[in-house]
Amino acid sequence: MKPAPFEYQAPATLEAALDVLARHGGDAKLLAGGQSLIPVMNFRLAAPALLVDINKLAELDFIRRGEDGTLRIGALTRQRRLERDPLVAEAAPLLHEAVPFIAHPQIRNRGTFGGSLAHADPAAELPALAVALRARLRLQRTGGERWVDAGDFFAGIFTTALEPDEMLVEAEIPPLPPRTGWAFLEIARRHGDYAQVGIAALVTLDEAGKCREARLVYLSAGDRPVVAREAARLLVGEEIAPPAIAAAAEKASRDEMSPFGDVHASADFKRHLARVLTGRALRRAAERARAAA
Amino acid sequence: MNGLYKVSVTVNGRAYEREIEPRLLLSDFLRHELDLTGTHVGCEHGVCGACTILFDGQPVRSCIMLAVQADGHDLETVESLSPGPDQLHPLQQAFWECHGLQCGFCTPGFLMTLVPFLEENPDPSEAEIRQAISGNLCRCTGYQHIVDAVKLAAERRRQSVG
Repeated sequence: MKPAPFEYQAPATLEAALDVLARHGGDAKLLAGGQSLIPVMNFRLAAPALLVDINKLAELDFIRRGEDGTLRIGALTRQRRLERDPLVAEAAPLLHEAVPFIAHPQIRNRGTFGGSLAHADPAAELPALAVALRARLRLQRTGGERWVDAGDFFAGIFTTALEPDEMLVEAEIPPLPPRTGWAFLEIARRHGDYAQVGIAALVTLDEAGKCREARLVYLSAGDRPVVAREAARLLVGEEIAPPAIAAAAEKASRDEMSPFGDVHASADFKRHLARVLTGRALRRAAERARAAA
Repeated sequence: MNGLYKVSVTVNGRAYEREIEPRLLLSDFLRHELDLTGTHVGCEHGVCGACTILFDGQPVRSCIMLAVQADGHDLETVESLSPGPDQLHPLQQAFWECHGLQCGFCTPGFLMTLVPFLEENPDPSEAEIRQAISGNLCRCTGYQHIVDAVKLAAERRRQSVG
C-alpha cells in the first residue's frame, strides 16, 4: 500500500513540464490532483519511473470567458472551484449541476478538471460532460499544439488521444444555443460512489417548441463516454413528450450502449437504469428549454 | 533516482522541515516523521476518509497525496482542534455527548471533514450533513449518532455566535 520508488520532478512552468515530457515521454507520468493516480500507485498497479508533478503550474488554473463567448477552463482547475464558480454556473449550467456528483468534497478539493479527462475513466462524470458540451481540448507539446474535439479524445478505458509528449492544457466549451435545456442525472449506491449509470442531456427547442436538437451522453455505459446519436435523432422535430421520450430511451439503452456488468449491477440492469434516466433527463431538459424560451 | 527532497511545512501553526523520499505519503509523513499520530490511516487508497486533514484550509485525504506536495503549504490535523489539555473542541464535545464514536478510529477524519463544513454551513439540514460525511466510513455507529452530534454542535455554535 505504498508507492514503488520513482524519480520526482515538479517543474515551475508549462514550458519546463513539456520539456520533461519531450525528453522522457512514455516513462513519465503527470501528477495533477492525484486522486486516481496515487491510489493505483499505492496498490502498485502503476509504477511510473518518473512522476512529473504539475501542481505548480498556476497558469493552468483558470476559468474565464473567451472573446468568442466560449467558456475556457484550465486543465489544473480543481473540481471544487468548478463547482462554486459563478461563471461556470452561468455559462455551463450542465457542468455546474453535475460536478457535485464527482466523488466527495475531499476529492474535489484536489481533483482537477484536466486530470479527470486525461485519466479517461468511462465511469467518471467529466469525460461524459466534455463530450456532451462539445468541448474542444487543447493538447500542447514542445513546439506545437493541436485541438481535439472531446468526442474524438476518448479512445477506450483509461485511453485517450494524448501522445506521450503531449499535455492537456485547457478546454473550450461553446455557449449553448438559445432555447436549450440541460439535465445531469446518475444512479449510485451512495452519493459520491461511482455511478452505475449516468446521463448528460441537452435539448434545444425550435420556435414552435419542437425538438431542434438533442444530445444524450452516458457514463458507465461502455468503454468511453457513450453518445446515443440515433436516439437523439429520433427526437428531432418531435415534441418532447411521452411517446418520443419512450422511443429515444428505448433506442439508446437497447442499441447504442454496451455497459459492463459488475457485482452491483448487471449489464441488463444498467440498460434499465439508462432507459429510466433518459426519460427523466429529457423531461427535465425540455422543461428548462421551455423556461429559457 | 530516489534522492531526498527537502520539505518545509506548517502543521497546526508550527513549522517543520524534513528531508524525505518523494514516494512518502503525506499521511505517513505526519505520523512517522512528525509523530502526529492523530491522523489515522485506514484504507490507504482514498476511500475511507480516516486520514482527512486540512490542506490550506480545505479537507483532503492525506493518504493519496505525497508529502513532497505539501512543501510550502499550511496543514491542520486533528491535534489542532482541542484548545488545551483536558479540553475538547465543541465538535469533539458533541461527538462525545451523542455517542458519535465507538472505537474512534474514523473520528479524526470525520472531525476534519466536519469542522470546515460547519463553518460554511452553520445550519445544515440532515441531508446536507449526510452528504458532507458521505466520503467518511464508520463501521461502529451506523452514522445516526454522528449526524446527531453535528446537529448539536451546529446548534451550540449558532447560539454562541448568534
